[in-house]
Amino acid sequence: MRTMQLGFSRIGYELRLYFRQGDSVFFTFLFPILMLSVFAVAFSASGTIGAAPDGSGGITFAAFYVPGMVAAGMLLSGVQNLGVDIAGEKGDGTLKRLGGTPLPVFSYFMGKIGMVLVSSVFQVVLLLFVARFAFNVSMPTESSKWLTFSWVFLFGVITSCVLGIALSALPRTGKSATAVVIPIVLLLQFISGVYLNFSQLPGWLQNFASIFPLKWMAQGMRSVFLPASFEAAEPSGSWELGLVALVLGLWLVVGLILCRLTFRWIRKDS
Amino acid sequence: MGNNPVHVRGLQKSYGGAMAVDGISFDIHEGETFALLGPNGAGKSTTIEILEGYRDRSGGDVSVLGTDPRHGGLGWKAQLGIVLQSTGESGNITVLEQLAHFAGYYPNPRNVAEVIDAVGLGGKEKTRIAKLSGGQRRRVDVALGIIGRPRLLFLDEPTTGFDPEARRQFWDLVNQLKAEGTTILLTTHYLDEAASLADRAGVIMGGRLVDIGPIDEIGGQEARVPLVRWRQDGVVREERTSEPGALATRLYAEAGGEVPGLEITRPSLEDIYLGMVGNHAGGADAEGGTA
Repeated sequence: MRTMQLGFSRIGYELRLYFRQGDSVFFTFLFPILMLSVFAVAFSASGTIGAAPDGSGGITFAAFYVPGMVAAGMLLSGVQNLGVDIAGEKGDGTLKRLGGTPLPVFSYFMGKIGMVLVSSVFQVVLLLFVARFAFNVSMPTESSKWLTFSWVFLFGVITSCVLGIALSALPRTGKSATAVVIPIVLLLQFISGVYLNFSQLPGWLQNFASIFPLKWMAQGMRSVFLPASFEAAEPSGSWELGLVALVLGLWLVVGLILCRLTFRWIRKDS
Repeated sequence: MGNNPVHVRGLQKSYGGAMAVDGISFDIHEGETFALLGPNGAGKSTTIEILEGYRDRSGGDVSVLGTDPRHGGLGWKAQLGIVLQSTGESGNITVLEQLAHFAGYYPNPRNVAEVIDAVGLGGKEKTRIAKLSGGQRRRVDVALGIIGRPRLLFLDEPTTGFDPEARRQFWDLVNQLKAEGTTILLTTHYLDEAASLADRAGVIMGGRLVDIGPIDEIGGQEARVPLVRWRQDGVVREERTSEPGALATRLYAEAGGEVPGLEITRPSLEDIYLGMVGNHAGGADAEGGTA
């Protein structure tokens, strides 16, 4: 009870800190929106993608990149944001101070995950708004698609958060955090169908990427935002939503176990 | 052992074979302010961090508020106030927001506005911590340490970076906390601070407790022999004597009137402490020489 109360108090506190911190808001919060704009503008003269032989059913590059950017936003808000943020708090003594107070670790995690959930909802709304009104991407109208969107989004963001918390144990200092975390998330974005068309990657790379959660977040989001005709272009010929849920669930469990094993307020005896 | 808030026996801490703390024992009584003194690297902070639960010990027995700090839970932490040696985080939050948020962690916190006033940050409530000066941020640390109404307060070099006026204000605050019955463990490099605030002190050198006792007995009687200083034929003379009045009277008689430049001083805690540090360093060198 007290743990939940303090968790909500932490969410408000974390959100205040997050939006007052200019640089992280710019790079993590606006990054997917900027990338979508870059792709949309760069390929604006390239016509459509995925059109049938008779020229119908194609979509613009802006529309093609929307699901990938939504997935990238989920990953960045969770893994990159929290991985760097918590490693930094470890480095500057914030965690040491909290470790000396009766704040439960769970409330601290709740604050971080709640902060990411709220900020990533803002982020995705803004992203879709820009896609719709700046680049004229049509949004799905079926409520079933939005239901899929909701669970993939929620599940994906929470899994990303837990993995971010686990990853924060890796950097030895707050300063090295970005150097450790950013290459990991950047590489994942390239092999998971965020920037590059996933169906055109070599099979072995597709298989490798399928180990990690981002590929499944992107796939889930493609099922929401791309026309049904694109389903056949998936490597398996299907959106595989059941598998999306399963893989995200597995990573969530792995992440929780890693957090439990690796999270400490301070490195004792450092 | 009884019910002392802090009970330490034979405390040891080694880092890769080197003993940072080598067999320290002391108690802190309920409501007492105890100062831990010693040069940098003597083992003060290691000791205090073991008591706070931040570090594991290599050996010995420790009990803090009746609990082994290695297994201190949230209920135990709720009774502690910790002012760490180093600061520097949470810059983008105001003084009031920070304190109100931390007050929520504790079952019976102090009034936030009163704490802000007590540490001398009245008028700075709406200022972000990042915009405060170093000394003002230190006051925020102290405020966070006492917001939970702790039974036992750890102050690890709390007044570093304070100007003299701020230090006096801080002393007033600590005296107020003492009057409310808070038990305090203080480390400081300012010996006048220890002399003014502490009831007893322990002196740590090279990981060992070299002396412990009431502030006015630290260093032994010999170190406290008063010093008489005067000028004779233009030269400053001094003599240590346990009977300074007799010496002054004799000098007065000899001079046939007022003695030029006469002063009688008792060694301050700082003089005594520096004497101890000097002796310890000399002893260590001698050991090294014969090894």
